[in-house]
Amino acid sequence: MKANGIKRKSEIKAAYLFVIPALILLIAFLILPALSTVRYAFTNYNIMRPDKIKFVGFENFIKLFSDKSFWQAVKNTFYFTVIVVPFQCILALGLALLISSRRRGVSIFRAAYFSPQVTSMVVVAILWTVLYNPNPDTGLLNAFLKSIGMDTCQFLNSPDTAMNSIIFMSAWQAAGYQMMIFLAGLQGIPGEQYEAASIDGAGKFKQFIYVTLPGLKNVIKYVVMITMIQAMKLFTQPYVMTKGGPQNSTRTLVYYIYEQGFQKRHFGYACTVAAVFFVIVIVMSLSMKKIIKAD
Amino acid sequence: MTYKQRTFLGNILFYVGNTVIALIFVSPLIWMISASLKPEAEIFKNMNTLSTFLPTGASVSNYLEVFSRINMWKFIGNSLFYVFVIIVLDLIVNSLCGYALAKFRFKGKNALLTLVISLMVFPMEAIMLPLYVEVANLGWVNQWAGLIIPFVAKCFSIYMFRQFFLDIPNDLLEAASIDGCGPVKSFFRVVVPISGTVYATIFILDFVAHWNDFMWPLLVVTGEEKRTIQLAIQTFFGSKPINYGPIMASLTISAIPMLIMFIALQKYYVEGIASTGIKG
Repeated sequence: MKANGIKRKSEIKAAYLFVIPALILLIAFLILPALSTVRYAFTNYNIMRPDKIKFVGFENFIKLFSDKSFWQAVKNTFYFTVIVVPFQCILALGLALLISSRRRGVSIFRAAYFSPQVTSMVVVAILWTVLYNPNPDTGLLNAFLKSIGMDTCQFLNSPDTAMNSIIFMSAWQAAGYQMMIFLAGLQGIPGEQYEAASIDGAGKFKQFIYVTLPGLKNVIKYVVMITMIQAMKLFTQPYVMTKGGPQNSTRTLVYYIYEQGFQKRHFGYACTVAAVFFVIVIVMSLSMKKIIKAD
Repeated sequence: MTYKQRTFLGNILFYVGNTVIALIFVSPLIWMISASLKPEAEIFKNMNTLSTFLPTGASVSNYLEVFSRINMWKFIGNSLFYVFVIIVLDLIVNSLCGYALAKFRFKGKNALLTLVISLMVFPMEAIMLPLYVEVANLGWVNQWAGLIIPFVAKCFSIYMFRQFFLDIPNDLLEAASIDGCGPVKSFFRVVVPISGTVYATIFILDFVAHWNDFMWPLLVVTGEEKRTIQLAIQTFFGSKPINYGPIMASLTISAIPMLIMFIALQKYYVEGIASTGIKG
């Protein structure tokens, strides 16, 4: 009995010892800054003049409502998310279906579809800025369009096409990641289900609709959720490729936070935008989680 | 059609289809590598023919130019250094926490687990401004600590470790305890040696995540001294003279460390992202 008590005590001591480093770091670098975001959101904080900080109540939030640039950033972020999520997920699922086979050499194709992931986002953003050059003599994509007899495209240089260009590139870069998740999901569907469907006379397409899709339901929901949250945080691509332009057509929420906080030094206001951004992301992920748990 | 003919046709479709799609898919990367090997004047010649993908007159002079214009080794070294330190600290700190959440009974355990799970979706982008102020107040701007310390504790890693350690049989731990191992000793002597998989998985997931770091280094790194590789290629892209051969060479070089990591640890990477998807 006494020995057990000692054991229990040393277990509790070990537990706190094990937990404390992570807990301190989480509090210091995640929870405290999160609380500060909310606090600064109600101030006129300027990073160069921390002594002049003043509580301004809801002033920043009122300003936010009439700030056209903010609403444009909201619109751009949602536009990106709404288009890139289905596009990228369908692309990834298509690629996974292409290589879900036990044939020899399939790993070469898998590596090919995954390869854009091996380069970083900065690398592909720079590469595609060059590929998207509007001049058909120096831009690969326009050279291609011209050679098949189509009109050339302004890509990143026009507000009408800049965001779509970023969407296309982002999906290309990241689809390999979701493809891997889908592939694991596909391998989890028992082969007998396909056999049974095939005996019932279902062709490939019907097998896809009645066996593959239901079998992947949870994986699809998960992939949609992570892709969505990732999409909401869009920053690197517009920073490297367009600096938010042309005509602010690629300025996203995170880009706007960065611009207001670090370039214009409206720190308090930037925190207001950040707080709103945070609420949007959390609401989105919570509702997605609810949908996932629904079954 | 006989069965054999059908299989043959299926194989042809599979290989031809995949080859065509894969080539289109990787063509931007092929163009990047081929341009990195060409003299500047050749890169934009024959853009409208397939020969644009061939490294005609290949030489390594663009690579030499990159290394002579910027200190590429240093920037790669900087990134490797801070990423490895983050990884090592992450593996220690988060595996300890994950183990406590999996195997110890203590007050506040459920609250902590709830906290960890709810903070997993926390977007870093929403707190970067106050985090920057905090790091600046600590005097960590343009210091390694500023790049490293805020990103050591990770709820995602803690959760992954916990899930893995949950499956370790309690009998094994009890046997260790009978042999006189306290809880700390049995973790290091018994649990860690059989948990290579989860450590390798977190290692490669972390490496990919932090090798790609861009926004945070953009804020806290101010000079060349601690410049990361991602910042370096972005700066190089915008610095004159703008020659596309050397730019493509710099992009190619910067991808090599990640490529090596992937080749070495791809099994764990695939397992890692696959298991996150299935467990949800």
